[in-house]
Amino acid sequence: MSFDPHTSSLSEDNGAGAQTLDVSLGPQHPSTHGVFRMNVRLDGETIVKLQPVFGYLHRNHEKLAEKMSWLASMPYTDRLDYLCPITNNWAYAVAVEKLAGLEVPERAEYIRVIVGELTRLANHTAFLGFLLGDMGGWGSALMYAFREREKILDLFEALTGARMMTNYMRFGGVRCDLPTGWLEKTRAYIETFPAFLDEMEQLLTGNEILLARLQGVAPLSAERAINGGLSGPVLRASGVDYDIRKVDGYGIYPRLNFRVPRGTVGDCFDRFMIRLLEARESIKLLQQAFAQIPAGPIVNPAAKQRGIKPPAGEAYGRIESPKGELGFHLISEGGEKPYRYHVRPPSLINLTLLEEMCIGSKIADVMVILGSIDIVLGEVDR
Amino acid sequence: MNFPGSGIIKGMVVTARNMIGSYFDRAHAKRLTTEQYPEERPKLPEASRSFPFLIFDGDPETGIRCTSCKICEKECPPQCIYIVQDRDAAGKPIRRPKVFNIDISVCMGCQICVEVCPFESIRMDNIYEMSSYDRFGSLVVTKQQLLKSNEYYHSINHTEAAATDARIEAARKKKEAAAKVAAEKAVAAKAAKAAEEKAAAEKAEAEKPSQPEQAA
Repeated sequence: MSFDPHTSSLSEDNGAGAQTLDVSLGPQHPSTHGVFRMNVRLDGETIVKLQPVFGYLHRNHEKLAEKMSWLASMPYTDRLDYLCPITNNWAYAVAVEKLAGLEVPERAEYIRVIVGELTRLANHTAFLGFLLGDMGGWGSALMYAFREREKILDLFEALTGARMMTNYMRFGGVRCDLPTGWLEKTRAYIETFPAFLDEMEQLLTGNEILLARLQGVAPLSAERAINGGLSGPVLRASGVDYDIRKVDGYGIYPRLNFRVPRGTVGDCFDRFMIRLLEARESIKLLQQAFAQIPAGPIVNPAAKQRGIKPPAGEAYGRIESPKGELGFHLISEGGEKPYRYHVRPPSLINLTLLEEMCIGSKIADVMVILGSIDIVLGEVDR
Repeated sequence: MNFPGSGIIKGMVVTARNMIGSYFDRAHAKRLTTEQYPEERPKLPEASRSFPFLIFDGDPETGIRCTSCKICEKECPPQCIYIVQDRDAAGKPIRRPKVFNIDISVCMGCQICVEVCPFESIRMDNIYEMSSYDRFGSLVVTKQQLLKSNEYYHSINHTEAAATDARIEAARKKKEAAAKVAAEKAVAAKAAKAAEEKAAAEKAEAEKPSQPEQAA
């Protein structure tokens, strides 16, 4: 039978004399991450069908970008994944640099790695809090996570002028140099970060209730994860060794020493743990970048910001954002505006296997599964 | 220590440590405490930005740096700037804005107007508490409200303001030096011309006496 979200509730016979029940979860359930709706068909408490509905946060980002200059799209990329604006800026800058053939000075690359990995820390700590919120542990974990995220946002404010809408990257570099004392402050803060992760692990990872809610829930095989086009921590939790920082080796990542953590079964617990492990790797990356950052220019002097006209052609630039592969596919006709501007958001692609992961689970697990994918609706709907 | 429920107890030790510790951690080294806004206000970092404003040097009427070139109006991503160029009594355009409005209900504080301004005349403010009862009118900020002195800019972002002043000063010096060179060149050219004329006159003078002879 067809699935009509507008006609509700009791529908087809499940064969045992009882009927299935259609429930509309969302668009604004407190645990859903923004305005996201799932039409769920239940047999008892078990999910037999799930249909995601999105588009509530659609802002016409891609079409708008075709109507404005290359530079003017940069602040709009902040609003894609609004928890990690800097990596969005970075991906767009990488794509335009590829199109225009611009080199990035050494110091700018180091600054990019520093702010990018800080963003990853902020995102992964926030993820821990949100996931616990999804499970009903609304309180301690979220507050602890946001306490740390707040400190990172303060660093961003001192550097870029805004806590979240940073607008920091520029074609061929970054917008402004590090203010006096910023690097020392960040270095001192990062030294305290492993203690926070230890505290989080002590608070969470041994907790029997948390283990019961996460272990063995919605396992995803490596084959399915690859076939679904997933990327980022969700893919690596299924045991696939795929990190664009290693695969593409963009920027200065080949020079830095870090490992790519992987999961084994790809259940919710693996997706939870992989964020903690990745955060520890990010700290290693940051410490190396602090030690090696050179002096020099922060933006390529040959790069034009206003009125940049990349030569006709197309380019796909991608980076490993905290949520996965974030790519920008740009087509230029040699003019002041892009001819086509396409975003490949990791959240949307990671969401495509949601139904498959949820079928057979209980309805109480849906929130946990959704939380473990780590989506931001600004990026899904754009 | 691995009996059922030990993980929960370990977690509760963490929360207890945080709760009790909050009474003893006077330095707030690890913890963030709630700021008692509005009695207590945060000290914003220098780079902090909210909405743009226009800088003037000295007098707000004559010292306005903006020349109404309209680059910011063109480059503004959400198109929230509106500029009309001023005209003098004869109707000739002058390099000064007559109207300069920013709709801060549209402005997203992206700072692109600041970056593209070639005259260093627009900068980011760090004001907040901009709410109003009126939905549209009072959120369109006019030129009179936007104009703020260079001293004010120094008070909110001294590092950047000093750098801007240095840039303007260097540009002024360069211009002066160029003007001086041009003036010297002009003087030299004038002198050369005068010398040439003099030489020509002398030549004519020297040739003059021969004329009557020819005539004769």
